[in-house]
Amino acid sequence: MASALVPDAPVLEVRGLTVEYETAAGPVRAVDDFDLDVLPGEFVGVVGESGCGKSTMLFGIAQLLSPPARISAGSVSFRGRDLVTMTAKELSATRWRDLSVVMQSAMNALNPVTQLGKQFEDTMRAHGERSGEVIQQRSVEVLQLVGIDPVHLKSYPHQLSGGMRQRAMIAMALLFTPDLVIMDEPTSALDVVAQRSLMVQIKELQQRLGFAVVFVTHDMSLVSHFSDRLVVMYAAQAVEIGPTRAVFDNPGHPYTRGLLDAFPSIRGPRVPLTGIPGSPPNLLNPPVGCRFAPRCPHRFELCDAPPPLYEAPGSLAACHLHAPAVAEVSR
Amino acid sequence: MRFLMHRLGFFALTLWAAITVNFFIPRLMPGDPASAMMARFHGRVNPAAIHAMEIAFGVDDQQSLWSQYVGYLHNTVTGNFGTSLTYFPLSVSSQIAQAVPWTLGLVGVATVLAFLGGTLIGTISGWRRGGTVDSIVPPVFVVTSALPYFWVGMMMILVFSVWTNGALPNDGAYSLDVVPGFTMPFITDVLRHALLPAMTVLITSIGGWILTMRNNMVTVLAEDYVRMGRAKGLSSRKIMYQYAARNALLPNLAGFAMSLGFVVAGAILVEYVFNYPGLGYMLLNAVNNLDYPLMQALFLMITVAVLVAVLICDFLTAWLDPRARSAS
Repeated sequence: MASALVPDAPVLEVRGLTVEYETAAGPVRAVDDFDLDVLPGEFVGVVGESGCGKSTMLFGIAQLLSPPARISAGSVSFRGRDLVTMTAKELSATRWRDLSVVMQSAMNALNPVTQLGKQFEDTMRAHGERSGEVIQQRSVEVLQLVGIDPVHLKSYPHQLSGGMRQRAMIAMALLFTPDLVIMDEPTSALDVVAQRSLMVQIKELQQRLGFAVVFVTHDMSLVSHFSDRLVVMYAAQAVEIGPTRAVFDNPGHPYTRGLLDAFPSIRGPRVPLTGIPGSPPNLLNPPVGCRFAPRCPHRFELCDAPPPLYEAPGSLAACHLHAPAVAEVSR
Repeated sequence: MRFLMHRLGFFALTLWAAITVNFFIPRLMPGDPASAMMARFHGRVNPAAIHAMEIAFGVDDQQSLWSQYVGYLHNTVTGNFGTSLTYFPLSVSSQIAQAVPWTLGLVGVATVLAFLGGTLIGTISGWRRGGTVDSIVPPVFVVTSALPYFWVGMMMILVFSVWTNGALPNDGAYSLDVVPGFTMPFITDVLRHALLPAMTVLITSIGGWILTMRNNMVTVLAEDYVRMGRAKGLSSRKIMYQYAARNALLPNLAGFAMSLGFVVAGAILVEYVFNYPGLGYMLLNAVNNLDYPLMQALFLMITVAVLVAVLICDFLTAWLDPRARSAS
């Protein structure tokens, strides 16, 4: 894997993470045996369509799942310590200081009845900061980082625009300059112009402050310019992992190719856009073999067995087309 | 500030409308309470009192409707509601003034306690949804809320007064052998008398607050900002009160205002069961005795009380919910 190429130890190592939702019809695996390594300062994009389990995976990493969802297997090793087995107290101490979260809709992620400054303050106080002066100073600093006038420390969330709220969330996430910021579609509630400027800002801050980002989105074109590495999720599993450029140039998994073909390219030849026919499987009762097989144009006899991640040109892809024997034949 | 003026203006307007409706309704009613009163006292009524009634009820043929209305407004503003028939020859205002403190003290305090207690219990059971508290307390109090006031009152009397050989009094607001005044014996006596009726109000009204608060909590707990509170590593207490309960409380404020307004109507049945000398008991007497002046004044008071309560609720909401402040 890519981590082998870089000497730094990963800041986050997810191994076999499995999250199940308890339902009346039985457990639904929303995240199935998920592996992920994030290096210090790395920007990892996770893409997948709605319902593929990408947000659940993020909350599984951040230990923010609430019933009926629960982690049924796997470990989330953050700076060498397993978050899954940590006590609530240890977890509280690590949260935000080292690992912060930016949620999908800042509209709802900020407490509507308290001023922005208060929400910065309670966070810092929860982590032992007592001096009001330090808190004030740091709050002003982070707001300025994201380009919001510090007068808004006195504002309530509803007094800010959607974009400002989202940037305020990011400012809050940076209060302690954590090692890792987990972002769950932070731009999806914004218009494209605001999306773009927010992404640029996130990338800038990330490069300047050196934190790692795991960025979940359904919008592949959005992350393409910003992420170092890309994870493609389909039906609760990671189906392709690789450097963003390589995945875009030479997608190893038919699903990834399908996603890419669904986006128009501004330059380049005019090609008809094709969607992916069919719909994702019901996770209550997923296909035994490859989960994408029912929709896959390249389906063949091997697809009845679940594919492991194979070495594909430029990336790792969970597709039997890259099984050494098959790949040999096609070459 | 603009919000404040806006609300106060609206309050004044509704108040005027309520008073005006109160003026016209008796005039639209068939029959004539003033001559009913004349008949009842065989003409031995102070002519001034009759005149006040005539003005109040619109049977004063000598005056135009407009001047009657002006006279009525004047009487209302100056608190002159005429003479009570039930407590003849005492004035309506003096009687009401006597009953108000008892009702406010008993029903008012019990209502506020029910709201505070119910909100707290609802917060806890919503926070620990499916836990021990949540599986026992709300169901029990929902059942007690469905019980009729008077039945609960009678049961309280049976259990805590009759079976205990009068350990707690069940009649009136204080013992006749204690001298009223700010003395320890009198205050304890009043509290002892208030205990059973207050418990009755509490038992029958707390369930609603528990249930609504619990359900609001469950809804709010699914909000992103609660999850955010956890992500930030805040203490459970902080998330429960400042993130969840603060927001879950808001929808309950309007209901609380209404119930505060109706405190003035008194818990009629409770006051009746316990012979408590409050406004509810007085209203019942007024109706039984066809005491129109007293009734009219009481109805007006109830209306005004609801309006005032709604006004207070508006301010409370504005204080607790910044969004309400800028909404106007």
